[in-house]
Amino acid sequence: MYVLRNILLLLTFLGVIAQIACYIVEPGPTVRATKGAVWPKPQRQISSDSFYIVRPQAFEFRVVAENCDLLQNSLQRYLDIINGSTVSQPISKNLVQKRHYYKPWRADKNFMGYLDTLDVLLTDPCKDIDLPTHEMKEQYILNITSEGTGTVLSASTIWGILRGLETFSQLLHATDEKALQINCTTIFDFPRFSHRGLLIDTSRHFIPMIKLFKTIDAMAYNKLNVFHWHITDDQSFPYQSLKYPELSEMGAYTSWYIYTPSDVQKIIRYAAARGIRVVVEFDTPGHTRSWGEAFPDLLTPCYANGVPNGQYGPMDPTKESTYSFLQKFFEEVVKVFSDQYLHLGADEVGYECWESNPDIKEYMEQHGLTSYRQLEDLFVQKLLDIVHNLKAKTIIWEEAFTNGLQLRNDTVVQVWKDWSIGGWKWTTYRATRAGLQVLLSACWYLDHLSNGGDWQKYYDCEPTDFGGSEQQKELMKGGEACMWAEVVNENNIESRVWPRASATAEKLWSAKDAETKQEAAKRLEEHTCRMNKRGIQAQPPNSAGYCIL
Amino acid sequence: MFLALGGLLFLLYLGFMSFISRIPPPLVQPTQGEVWPKPYRQVFLNYYYLVKPQTFRFRVVAQKCELLEKALERYLRIIDKTKISRNLFIKQNDETETKIFLGYLDTLNVYLKEACDNITLPPYSMEEQYILDVTTNKSNTTLSAASIWGIIRGLETFSQLLYPVENEMLRIECTEVIDLPRFPHRGLLVDTARHFIPMIKIYKILDAMSYNKLNVFHWHITDDESFPYQSIKYPELSKKGAFSRILVYSQENVRDIINYAAARGIRVLVEFDTPGHSKSWGKAIPTLLTQCYKLGKLSDELGPIDPTKNSTYTFLENFFEEVATVFPEDYLHIGADEVRYDCWKSNPTIQMFMKNNKLLLHTHLEDYYIQKLLKIVHSLSKKPIVWEEAFVDGMTLPTSTTVQIWKDSALGGWRSTARSATAAGHLVLISACWYLDHLTSGGDWGKFYNCEPLSFLGNQLQTSMVLGGEACMWTEVVNEYNIESRIWPRASATAEKLWSKRDADTYRKATHRLEEHACRMIKRGIKAQPPNSAGFCI
Repeated sequence: MYVLRNILLLLTFLGVIAQIACYIVEPGPTVRATKGAVWPKPQRQISSDSFYIVRPQAFEFRVVAENCDLLQNSLQRYLDIINGSTVSQPISKNLVQKRHYYKPWRADKNFMGYLDTLDVLLTDPCKDIDLPTHEMKEQYILNITSEGTGTVLSASTIWGILRGLETFSQLLHATDEKALQINCTTIFDFPRFSHRGLLIDTSRHFIPMIKLFKTIDAMAYNKLNVFHWHITDDQSFPYQSLKYPELSEMGAYTSWYIYTPSDVQKIIRYAAARGIRVVVEFDTPGHTRSWGEAFPDLLTPCYANGVPNGQYGPMDPTKESTYSFLQKFFEEVVKVFSDQYLHLGADEVGYECWESNPDIKEYMEQHGLTSYRQLEDLFVQKLLDIVHNLKAKTIIWEEAFTNGLQLRNDTVVQVWKDWSIGGWKWTTYRATRAGLQVLLSACWYLDHLSNGGDWQKYYDCEPTDFGGSEQQKELMKGGEACMWAEVVNENNIESRVWPRASATAEKLWSAKDAETKQEAAKRLEEHTCRMNKRGIQAQPPNSAGYCIL
Repeated sequence: MFLALGGLLFLLYLGFMSFISRIPPPLVQPTQGEVWPKPYRQVFLNYYYLVKPQTFRFRVVAQKCELLEKALERYLRIIDKTKISRNLFIKQNDETETKIFLGYLDTLNVYLKEACDNITLPPYSMEEQYILDVTTNKSNTTLSAASIWGIIRGLETFSQLLYPVENEMLRIECTEVIDLPRFPHRGLLVDTARHFIPMIKIYKILDAMSYNKLNVFHWHITDDESFPYQSIKYPELSKKGAFSRILVYSQENVRDIINYAAARGIRVLVEFDTPGHSKSWGKAIPTLLTQCYKLGKLSDELGPIDPTKNSTYTFLENFFEEVATVFPEDYLHIGADEVRYDCWKSNPTIQMFMKNNKLLLHTHLEDYYIQKLLKIVHSLSKKPIVWEEAFVDGMTLPTSTTVQIWKDSALGGWRSTARSATAAGHLVLISACWYLDHLTSGGDWGKFYNCEPLSFLGNQLQTSMVLGGEACMWTEVVNEYNIESRIWPRASATAEKLWSKRDADTYRKATHRLEEHACRMIKRGIKAQPPNSAGFCI
């Protein structure tokens, strides 16, 4: 035994030695960035060594078909981005030393001249008030050919044009002061999944408007298309309701940590201009403690030793007043948030408060309910009916499904647990087998931290890897990276989300197994610097390095 | 059986999950006007004053100098920033007032005993003790200390006692504070080689250090990846070894940082790590490094510094001569960690040298190098600090060498190293518990707070050899965008363990104080992350 222990210790020791021996570092960044590589990786791309030089001052877009303000504003936005993509210092130290850094590309045999225009060909008419929907088409074709006349971005919808503009801006990379290089390229691109989201929790910490705008900016840089706004929770209620202003007056952290109706409209317009839907979540019947600050009657009073103990549990599913309140409240919500989908939450409902309450018990006896799960089902069923009558489609967290509730087959189930038996794969398998659409989040919890550049764990997740038939896989609609805000505030949310959520974005946009992690690491190194340059406070993706800003 | 066990564990796990998820977590209530790190001794009286920031003044009643005047100006600005102009909306304030209002406090007497005209830099032996008496006799309210450094710590405490109330006013409880640090060396290491950290961020880090009474800025300025220090004698080192021409610290930058830190009672301890972690030096001076061989043939790869060449030591003499004048601090950190031997092993010239000099092992060769380097350091009248490897790997270190302990994975953990190093007569610094690059989900400052620096087995003499410790911010995955929120308030845990007396507070109670302290830092412009969980700052 003693000998065995010593051998084990020795092995550990040798392991440590081996680790130290592997510690090889060269000067400079650990991962060398690519130049002009697109994130997320396009479905099809053919590039050549021939390249153009773009002089931002001289460059313009030329609209050759449909046009609208939405398009005009996007073109202006990307002109600004392109303008900001140049560097203020010579890019390479060697060039300086060789003393002919001025326009070094001229001598290059692959230099094809200057690219001064990109034709933008939109075939479907667009309107300024257009909002992206869950059925939006995002496909586009980008052609930077060597003939010089055929540089065209074409798409049938404005949303495809938006994605293509992002790609075009990413192909441009700084080659010298005031000049950008773009290699001749043909790209045919479309998303693998239609729902590519980022959840932001604004209840655990209030996130100021300016940070939400920046989050949406960065989402556009990653071709994410759903801003899942987890707007309320137990801790605070920052949504200022028109019908029930008391909710935020009493339930927000303070009277100024709220989102006014005009704030909400600004977010929706800002996101829409970038082809991003805003799906709001009002989580009930659990996670609603903050609602009770203004409307304690909505919640279940908890009892201890036969008397109310002053605490409140989930919403009270036994009162008619609960449902008439929810009816009016969600009438407002579907008007304010114009997306077809509404997220109803329905996760993590605790039963102990219901168990303690004699009125609840009595109600259950009267109505022949034998378990608290049935009581929860009753609530969720009534809520689903309310929302369906309002013509909204619904998303719910997985519990509503795993608890065995009968769900309409257009309900979307968001899978987030990875520790239940069989993990997310089994839950996904079962939900799709029942014919329900699924969104995956279990792999992409951004509040789960590990040492080092940990985007790779997000990149390892394959959403269709749950067994099941082709038909079942069709029901996988995409997924969302989730930024719960217990330990993020406005100071660290940006660097916590980016570039980690970029890994999710690529898994949801690009073809299955589009690239190895090793190769993707180089592209992400560039992409992170690109985001930094555009004002996103992204943290380092991999290890030591720097960006030229 | 296995299944049953698995099932049981699973059920336990589920039980745990439901326990944490079902009860809405209460917000951690912040304290009001409590000090971080906790003072050595503090008594509260049953009275309080209000302070109007616009009319409040410090009154210097004894010694006076520029350092003091600048500190007073700084704290007047901080005090002014503490007020809240917005309408206060506090959800629950059922606490009934039991304290007696004594009127408005308009001045604090500042009594500095020792002249400070000729002082510009904090020495390693700086005295930081102070007494702060906010008495019921308004005109006797006094901060007193023997040295300017004590006054600076006391001003920080005074500013933390003030907390905002309605009408842009501040409140302070009558209290007596007698305070002094537990350890003299309370540091924060910042690595500027893995990622370049701009000047403006370093200033903010120094600001926040002073809010936490940390007093050593350990500047890990170079490493394998880059060499951002612009040397006077060898400017090519940064010209070729920095990430880019503009990502460098000029001589002026270094001077500015030293002065900025000094004004806040913070020493700047620089580390030039050799003979390993020095590949970036080879960009400009390749002959400094060992040429590695592969399969008996010379390869392009360069290894650690070549300890066999005389030219190496001539260079180091010149270089450290410069460093010793540029960085006036008494201590110099010379690194000496993680030296790889495989390159030395592969090089026939090195092998020949070892044979000729009867150096049997590569540790002997490293020892040979360290001895020569220590000689240089001593000739420059600097006190050397090394990472623990130099001690653990059996270098013959003179006892005047301070050993910084960072490994917790070695057999017996950091405690065993602390025990043996102090037994061998070395002063030690503890860092093993406080690696800020080690991440855990959630508010993870508790793991830093749970570390007791004297919890190793040693006699009193040995524990007295612990100079203090340092939180370490290695920057592989930290850049200018997340460094502030990664450090703060996590390093505040280290700061309290090093300043306050042993077991000064429990983790649970400290939680509330840290909630206030994090908001305080945010209000002063530090991008601290949330310490605990959900919440908000006014």
